[in-house]
Amino acid sequence: MEVIYILWLRQLKKYFRSRSRMIGSLAQPLLFLISLGFGFGPVFQRAGNGNYLEFLAPGIISMSVLFTALFSGIEIIWDRQFGFLKETLVAPISRLEIMIGRTLGGATVATIQGIIVFFISLLVGFRPVNWYSLPIALFFIFLIALLFTALGTAIASMLEDMQGFQLIMNFLVMPLFFLSGALFPINNLPKLLLIITKIDPLSYGVDALRATLINQSYYPVSLDFSILLILVVFLFIIGSYLFSKIEI
Amino acid sequence: MDNNIIEVKNLVKKFNGFIAVDNISFFVKKAEICAFLGPNGAGKTTTIKILTTLLKPTTGVIKVNGYNVISQSDNVRKSFGIVFQDQSLDDELTAFENMEFHGVLYHLPKKEAREKIEMLLKYVDLWERRNDLVKHFSGGMKRRLEIARGLLHNPKVLFLDEPTLGLDPQTRNLIWDYLKKLNLKEKITIFFTTHYIEEAEKIAGRVFIIDHGKIISQGRPEELKKTTKSASLEETFLKLTGRSIREEKVNGIDRMRLRRKFRH
Repeated sequence: MEVIYILWLRQLKKYFRSRSRMIGSLAQPLLFLISLGFGFGPVFQRAGNGNYLEFLAPGIISMSVLFTALFSGIEIIWDRQFGFLKETLVAPISRLEIMIGRTLGGATVATIQGIIVFFISLLVGFRPVNWYSLPIALFFIFLIALLFTALGTAIASMLEDMQGFQLIMNFLVMPLFFLSGALFPINNLPKLLLIITKIDPLSYGVDALRATLINQSYYPVSLDFSILLILVVFLFIIGSYLFSKIEI
Repeated sequence: MDNNIIEVKNLVKKFNGFIAVDNISFFVKKAEICAFLGPNGAGKTTTIKILTTLLKPTTGVIKVNGYNVISQSDNVRKSFGIVFQDQSLDDELTAFENMEFHGVLYHLPKKEAREKIEMLLKYVDLWERRNDLVKHFSGGMKRRLEIARGLLHNPKVLFLDEPTLGLDPQTRNLIWDYLKKLNLKEKITIFFTTHYIEEAEKIAGRVFIIDHGKIISQGRPEELKKTTKSASLEETFLKLTGRSIREEKVNGIDRMRLRRKFRH
């Protein structure tokens, strides 16, 4: 337990110490909220879909959670090279403990990032429909964070170096975000795109957040929750397995 | 034999058909200082990784402190401390935090850990800098911190993989002084690899010369010099391993390491 705690604490300390990273990662969501939120707002309104900023904010919160979580998972590659992973691998602790500690740490950092973006969206003009559902929203943010930290860990365990990193950015992170319904409503999509959004796990995260924050959703929240939970468990098992196979 | 702290019998390690370590056997006695010498790619680091449970042997029986590295790996892990070839500290934590982290990983009681950390950091002259982030440390300071960290959980054996690589002569001497004192006082077994043959000649009680995955010679430095009629151990080494330069296969991680070096 203490081992998991200290691994978790390490991720948090590192996060709070690198302010530049923290601030840098907030610029993008802010830009998206302002440019898309206000840029597409009038069109969205005219199409009879209501306030676009309200619709967009949960999507942008999910985006920042997705980015932060995946990258914290991928930090394993970094640790593997700049040495620190070895320190944990030769210690008399199990790989599962290491994996749990790291994943919880990464997911917590991503959750904090999501909360900060939530506050930014408040500044820009977003208002959730009811404040008492915020704890549930927080829970979903954490679930999304866990899911993608575990995915990042699984990917990082298979990669030897940062060469493949750009590839992941282009072929995984961007499609996950753009094809999730974070930016547009899923109803009335062309058939192919609809199928793709159904495969994209982030869709369910975005949908659940929308359900809790603005009371609009495409799927029932229980379905979102079940799919997210199953994926978290599944990816965690896969990640643990791949992580246990790392040889240095 | 109870007197052996490291026992290796018929160790073979293959990577996709390539034989990195080719059926070697050796032992190290308690409180000995032993050096592993060999050209690049000879199998030194692979052997250390197997002894420290980071890699699994293809075949062979390996025991550290009486424990089998495969079936009793946690006991093995508690028995040794290690200083890796490239640094393994967390740059963004302080010296003290790095030590504290290690204490938790090795399940040391908090109070004991704190006392020991103070003692060790004073020993390597880093106590004053304990609250500084490691990224502001010089190479020599990092090495000293790694040695202190490797000793925190009272290991019986200390493995050092090229501990003095890239350090100036002053720091190298300082580090070997620490280690020799430690060996005398605490009876810790020290097992290291190095490319600075004169260090091995000065410090090691026994050396193993390894090439192409095989131990080609072993003994006390004086013995080896005598049998090969050499003036220095370096001459012995060159006579035994030849003068041709070895090419090591470079993998992605090494490339990254190189890039990082250039950037600094």
